[in-house]
Amino acid sequence: MKYSLSQAKFEVKGKLVVVEGIDGSGKSTQIRLLEKWLRFEGLPVFLTEWNSSEMVKEITSKGKKKGKLTPTTFSLLHATDFADRYERNIFPLLRAGYIVLADRYVYTAYARDIVRGCSSKWIQQVYDYARKPDLTFYFRVPIDIAIDRILTGRPKLKYYEAGMDMNLSNDQYESYRIFQSRIIDQYESMTENEGFVIIDGTFGIEEQQQIVRNHFKSTIRRNQFQLKELGK
Amino acid sequence: MLQNTKHGILNSTNLKSIGHKQLAYYGEGISYLGDKEMKGRLIVIEGPDSSGRSTQITMITSKLEADGHAVLNTGLRRSELIGAGILEAKRNFVLGKRTLSLFYAADVADQLENKIVPALRSGYVVLADRYIFTLMARDAVRGINRRWSHNLFGFAIRPDLVFYLDVHPSELMHRVFQKNLSLDYYESGADLGLSEDMLDSFLRYQGMIAKEFLRMQKQYGLIPINGNRSIPEINKDLQIRIDNFLSSV
Repeated sequence: MKYSLSQAKFEVKGKLVVVEGIDGSGKSTQIRLLEKWLRFEGLPVFLTEWNSSEMVKEITSKGKKKGKLTPTTFSLLHATDFADRYERNIFPLLRAGYIVLADRYVYTAYARDIVRGCSSKWIQQVYDYARKPDLTFYFRVPIDIAIDRILTGRPKLKYYEAGMDMNLSNDQYESYRIFQSRIIDQYESMTENEGFVIIDGTFGIEEQQQIVRNHFKSTIRRNQFQLKELGK
Repeated sequence: MLQNTKHGILNSTNLKSIGHKQLAYYGEGISYLGDKEMKGRLIVIEGPDSSGRSTQITMITSKLEADGHAVLNTGLRRSELIGAGILEAKRNFVLGKRTLSLFYAADVADQLENKIVPALRSGYVVLADRYIFTLMARDAVRGINRRWSHNLFGFAIRPDLVFYLDVHPSELMHRVFQKNLSLDYYESGADLGLSEDMLDSFLRYQGMIAKEFLRMQKQYGLIPINGNRSIPEINKDLQIRIDNFLSSV
């Protein structure tokens, strides 16, 4: 991966921890528990979520209503959202020494955009300025369990969420299932090369959290975080 | 009776359609687009603000339409998706350079897929008032890796002709003042902190942009047009080149 100018100039003292997985895999619950724990221990933590830049949301909401997004524009709007969070929060906070927790990172873009038909080489080039995480957890869960978790208490899926733009099926639930299973395939193809730590998302919440914390402790061994405190 | 027109005799020459051609890209392209056969052509005019781009585009459009070609005008920030949103964002937020760059890329992509490609398929001459080169030049002077910008626009269609209206910064300054009486924030590179003095910043920034265009000339086959001349002179130069190109395809 190429060094960008800003990366070469500044030392990065913080750590970047990422969770990935399909909707309903339980990753958000786990990263929030990790956040609570680190905060409780008094460490500087920042949590950032996929597609959450207020600025980008405001700017794109009008246009989205006017017309359908193509895979390329869909991808670029998410890339814009990511860049805004990266330039505004992620990278400055890492340099300042924060533990940055990301609920979805570039791998979500790789998986979804490739499924939508974008070139995988292109999508990796678009995100190649982003730092590689210090630790990435991938929550592996059978598709039926994930879908059950998502659909419980939710009568309707959103258009893009269900992947309806890809004409996989006229039925939104069927479309969602096909879409999600293709995303799983993409994640699975990345696990080895990207060095994902695989978490079995069918385990209980506490069990999973214990595994996550253990990995965190053994990977992020730096004095500046006073990790001996974490063992208690 | 009908013969006393502005251009002399009302002539109805033999109209000839433009030959077919395959879409070409700078990089990875848009693989899901399907049919790549194009009957039209994409012509781009690049150049800084007040370089006379819009005037030239209007004149060329009239001439091409008089010659029987269907013409589609397009340009930066004209997508329905976020065309207006970019201006709003620049006004209301402090935007990172990469964020702004990706916003513009989304605008280009939306126009490409929804306007430009359909027009090219049905035989239009698409005239673009600026395209990806302005965006790449702006990014480069702001410290974004040139390779990254090039790769980002790997989805962009390779135009058939790209002209660059090259106007010396000191001449450009006069034209800007004639038009607006003040310098634009971004067009002066004020976000770069080049100088406390706005005019000094403008001259330096425009010089940097011109240098980037010079650098891109060879790589992307841009055709420099001396923009320091009068409007009719520039128009004649451009029109001859465009006519020659269209009659050769």
